[in-house]
Amino acid sequence: MGSYSRFRRAGRLACAMLVVVGMLVGAGALFARGAGEDAEYPSRAVTYVIPFDAGGQSDITAQYQREGLERALGVDVVIRHQAGGGGALAWSALARGSTDGYTISGNNIPHIIIQPLVRENAGYETEDLRPVYLFQTTPIGLAVAANSPFDTLDELIEHARANPGQITVSGSGTHTGHHLAIMQLQYLSGTQFTYIPATGAAPSVANFLGGHTQAILGNSDDLVQHRDAMKILAIGTTERFHALPDVPTFIELGYDFTAGIDRGVTVARDTPEEVVRRLEAAFDAVSRDPDFIARMEALGFEQHQIGADEFAAHIERKTREITTVLRELGEL
Amino acid sequence: MPSLLEALLTVGHPVNLMLVALGVGAGIVVGALPGLTATMAIALLVPFTFGMNVVHALVLLGGIYCGAIYGGSYAAILINTPGTPAAIATTFDGFALAKKGHAYRAIVVATIASAIGGLVGVAFLLFLAPPLARASLQFGPPEFFWLTVFGLTIIATISPRSTVKGLIGGALGLLIGTIGIAPVDGRVRYAFRTIALQNGITLIPALIGLFCLPEILDMIASRFHRETAIPYRPQRHMLRRVWRLVARKPWLLLRSSVIGTVIGIIPGAGANIAGMVSYNEAVRVSRKPHEFGEGSLEGITASEAANNAGVGGSLVPLLTLGIPGAPPAAVLLGALLLKGMRPGAELFTVHASVTYTFMFSLVVANIVLLPLGILLGKGASKVVTGLPTTVLAPLVFFLSVIGAFAIQNNVGDVYVMLAMGLVGFLGRRVGFQPGPIVLGLILGAMCEQGLVQSMLMGRAAGTPVAIFFTRPISIVLIALTVLSALWPVLARVRQRHTRDEAAAHIHPIVEEKRDD
Repeated sequence: MGSYSRFRRAGRLACAMLVVVGMLVGAGALFARGAGEDAEYPSRAVTYVIPFDAGGQSDITAQYQREGLERALGVDVVIRHQAGGGGALAWSALARGSTDGYTISGNNIPHIIIQPLVRENAGYETEDLRPVYLFQTTPIGLAVAANSPFDTLDELIEHARANPGQITVSGSGTHTGHHLAIMQLQYLSGTQFTYIPATGAAPSVANFLGGHTQAILGNSDDLVQHRDAMKILAIGTTERFHALPDVPTFIELGYDFTAGIDRGVTVARDTPEEVVRRLEAAFDAVSRDPDFIARMEALGFEQHQIGADEFAAHIERKTREITTVLRELGEL
Repeated sequence: MPSLLEALLTVGHPVNLMLVALGVGAGIVVGALPGLTATMAIALLVPFTFGMNVVHALVLLGGIYCGAIYGGSYAAILINTPGTPAAIATTFDGFALAKKGHAYRAIVVATIASAIGGLVGVAFLLFLAPPLARASLQFGPPEFFWLTVFGLTIIATISPRSTVKGLIGGALGLLIGTIGIAPVDGRVRYAFRTIALQNGITLIPALIGLFCLPEILDMIASRFHRETAIPYRPQRHMLRRVWRLVARKPWLLLRSSVIGTVIGIIPGAGANIAGMVSYNEAVRVSRKPHEFGEGSLEGITASEAANNAGVGGSLVPLLTLGIPGAPPAAVLLGALLLKGMRPGAELFTVHASVTYTFMFSLVVANIVLLPLGILLGKGASKVVTGLPTTVLAPLVFFLSVIGAFAIQNNVGDVYVMLAMGLVGFLGRRVGFQPGPIVLGLILGAMCEQGLVQSMLMGRAAGTPVAIFFTRPISIVLIALTVLSALWPVLARVRQRHTRDEAAAHIHPIVEEKRDD
């Protein structure tokens, strides 16, 4: 008796599980079919993948772009977050994903250049991603505490030269824009700092403000926000940064490098040329909107209007630069 | 203080009150579903607040944050799966109560504790935000390291049956936590050249796998034929009765709320461990430590008061410094920036009326939570306990798959969830509980980061070892760690003294059973 009812129960359960699996498979098939028919790009919603968590700088920018993109493309734009591996998860999915242009992804430099260089298998190569448009840079600057004995970059470097490794510098992550900036400074000045990587910009700022490190490599927006608590010694732009006009650039001070995180958008490599151009035009329209530019600059970003070809050349240039530094410092 | 008065009037506006209630309700539902976290709820809603004015948007998001952290207790109590990571410690006693048929009672306790904890957290935010935020900055890498070491001693508390198995579980969690990109030097470890493992084992899928899947499998494999998976015994005057029980423990409530607030304030620690630390302290202080894990109302109170207090705590460094204390607060930061509000002094001068409206709305949210939570909780416990296993098991399984996928839109996470489910199921057969494994997983990365950062700092300063032992907060944490690690021994000594006394005490559940 008992065993019979147990048997029947197991049968019912198996049926229920089958229904669930069936539903999942069905849903998958529906999505797959949707990808087939295509009249003229774009005929349905475009998914804009942000390879980082919600609330970050990439996300904030994308949220602002969305409305303008929808107007320019004439279809819905859906923002989806796929964080992980410093962006590598989303980029490896894009590299191996469909080439129809309905999935586009945020594209950050130096991330997409460094990851394939230093990781045994990042899941993608820089060339797997077709650059579409470069719209923004967050410049990176170097700062010390307001009560620090150092007033200029030269003084800091002088001290570091006399006491190698004694100056601690907070930054966000390893093999990131901040890490690269300190490596470039060390390489060009022949000094040595102790870089202390945090898991993100916020904990890095906390480490610095708490006095746990002597210096910080910070994103421009963090520098602007906390400028009363620090002395900003130099910034990684080519010309003086609009929000911090009194701060010299590294180049001005004789260290020939720029430091920042470039944000653009990318698609899978074999995406048709006309689709790339269509997306490029849409992002161009959004990026030239004066209201958008004003809002982004107020948040501490530098806005650009750089199309696909120039963007590709920029990546090539940066790749050469980064490879040299990493090789010279023995990171490769 | 004209802005304070203005804020009070604004928050009392019917539209705002309605939005708070809506936020809390929606938050509870999202939080109650395993895999859908507070962070995700807020992230999903931010785009919808684009067209709203800033007050409406913040009031709604604040409500969701409070509701979701509280809602996590439903799944913890009803299906032994923390709905959000903050509710891990709620599973220890909540589900034990549910199995005895007292799910609703557990939810009522959780509701009262959450509301009071939430109010304490907001009180700290309202009155002490600037000095607390400054103090939180004193918490550097060495302090983080010691906090996580202290956190690991909790394993002894949450594995009462076998400390050795608890320690093995914790070690397993720490090991699993090393998979993926190393937090400090960026090297990829134990990924076996796969892309999926490059990202490491994400907490939420592991959590669902370890807690939820074994429960589902147990439901199915249960030898006893039952119509419903979880029994349910309705009781009258539940609210009044539970209130009397909870109110008898004002110190427990206050202590848990303060622990939750403080841990919430420390950037990066967050509500995830607030509940567990508070639970640990509750066990330590309790005169009836043997009841914990068997359905102690004190355990639920400790966990839930702390995690909701952490909401207010996590907003302290966010609003004053722009540094989020917890992941949901990080998403709120994005929302603030989108509205053109920069955290910091400006928030308390230029935008003071909006900022105070937001804080007051959190007070309202925690008050609204009480009736709303009890109403929804009654419904949820009736529905879940009323479902036959044949419906509940597949349904929960379905939700688990969705939840694991949704956290990062990543199919790999579903496989992680299934694999961890197998580990959890087999582990449970031989006496391993999921709690210590998850604790190891949560603390592992934080611990490693604190250790390596401190060592780098120490080497630069020429004091590689001294840095761990010379800072005041570190010394306090070391003392707490030693005390916590030695506690089981001390408790045994104390128990021998008071055994006769303890025997005289009657289990509150047993006491209540007379009214059934």
